[in-house]
Amino acid sequence: MAAILVYAELNQGKVATTSLELMTKARELGDVYAVALGAGAKAAAARLGKHGAKAVHVNENPVFDDYIAEPATDALAVLYEKERPDLILFAFTSDSREVAGRLAARLGSGLISNASDVVAKGGGFVARVPYFGGAKVATMKANGKPAIVLVRPKSFEVSEKGGTAEIKQLELTVGEGSKRAHIAERVVEASEQVKLEEARVVISGGRGMGGPQNFPLLEDLASALGGAVGASRAVVDAGWVPYSMQVGQTGKSVRPGVYIAVGISGAMQHTVGMKTSKVIIAINKDAEAPIMKMADLGVVGDALKIVPALTAAVKAKKNG
Amino acid sequence: MKIVVTVKQVPDPNSNLTLEADNSISREKEVVLDPGDECGVEEALQLKEAHGGEVVLVSMGPERAKDAIRKGLSMGADRGVLIYDAELAGADALLTARALAAAIKAEETGMVPPMLAELLGFPQLTFAKKVEADGSSVKVHRQTADGYQVVEASTPALITVTAAIAEPRYASLKGIMAARSKEIKQLAVADLGVEKSQAAETIEGVTDAETRKAGEVIEDDGTAVDKIVQVLSEAKVL
Repeated sequence: MAAILVYAELNQGKVATTSLELMTKARELGDVYAVALGAGAKAAAARLGKHGAKAVHVNENPVFDDYIAEPATDALAVLYEKERPDLILFAFTSDSREVAGRLAARLGSGLISNASDVVAKGGGFVARVPYFGGAKVATMKANGKPAIVLVRPKSFEVSEKGGTAEIKQLELTVGEGSKRAHIAERVVEASEQVKLEEARVVISGGRGMGGPQNFPLLEDLASALGGAVGASRAVVDAGWVPYSMQVGQTGKSVRPGVYIAVGISGAMQHTVGMKTSKVIIAINKDAEAPIMKMADLGVVGDALKIVPALTAAVKAKKNG
Repeated sequence: MKIVVTVKQVPDPNSNLTLEADNSISREKEVVLDPGDECGVEEALQLKEAHGGEVVLVSMGPERAKDAIRKGLSMGADRGVLIYDAELAGADALLTARALAAAIKAEETGMVPPMLAELLGFPQLTFAKKVEADGSSVKVHRQTADGYQVVEASTPALITVTAAIAEPRYASLKGIMAARSKEIKQLAVADLGVEKSQAAETIEGVTDAETRKAGEVIEDDGTAVDKIVQVLSEAKVL
């Protein structure tokens, strides 16, 4: 059996959902081990066990929370020498990619990033990588040892299957030379009521909303449906809404039960982040917009009239 | 303060992309300085204006990548370095990082920066939407999913910036003229001592992505809301 190592990203001591998604895939590919670093690593190990990790290598040194990428790279390099995994899986998130990039350069193994799937093939691994704005999928073979693959969030469903992981203390000394990019402060700007990536319904606005002053219409609809509000890159770049709301290639990937695209034309940059949604509804004044060709229901009309009417209808149905 | 900005030329994002026979994205068409890189150049120029120093643009690519460098020079960067070698065509992220690291020492898919930092032995301060530097240390506001982190390091350091950092300046006529006489040093693989090792990944094939089928498209004649409510009910979110 191939040995698969999953880099478990911790957010405030809790295993990131994206890491649990990786566990689902890793179980298919071989014997799964995970590594968790920083505060909460031991508690995280129990969670990872329930998702199929046989063993979890942990180190709770706060240095992993306080400095960017370098201490974690040191830990993974030590672990690689010890365990020699065949494949190391990372989520394609900003924190994980920095560790993966440094590790791949240090080990000289290279990596495959932005993958949507990983498959065992011929004793090694191939990854499927969407490119050309998501219109094409390349099958790429990892030549390096270990194979390092970074997987886009929401590529796999989280599911619990496993038992109890053995907790192994990962012994290492992080040198002063790795304590350089110091995180001095963490500032929370957007306190989302429902997390975009976890919402059952996502309502996203684009240029067709006319301006930031109309985004409260989407927030009203979202709160009526218990959903979250997203946005296209165009309106984030224009400064209408914060980056934390951006859905797409350079923003968040979402896979809700229903995705409502309002005033969004459907550039590939955007659709690559939402096209696996179960149901897509588009509201746009342009019947020829690309989003209309992928929506389950496309409504051609004035979003500023339809959205408030829809909010009222949703409220009426819930109360009636 | 000496600031190196790595830049690349990309197909104009406003033009329609086409694929070459080898499935690489065609760069024969309109190519421009990557708009994201343009923001990096702008921030570097602002740091230079505040603290003095020099802004050097480093790129790897075909000879036409010089146009991207020239654009940055016309904005006010001081000089450029182009790594140009037929052997480097189709280079993956690691080889790109190795070549750039070699060039910088001599002097997005987003994976080159952390590799480059590792090869240079620099700390990395990434996704910066604000940069403060004083010549011996840097402090950035690093974009996170729900806000930002204040990250500090001593220099030398590698910084990547987001598009929110600075509005790129227009090249003035004077700048465009001056750019013609600024140096672009051209380096080949042999000058850098980089070996083209086996690529970390090999493309085995390319297929069309699964596309969603178009559903029903209706004109809003006043009944659209009822139809949307019906779809929401069927999807069990209402």
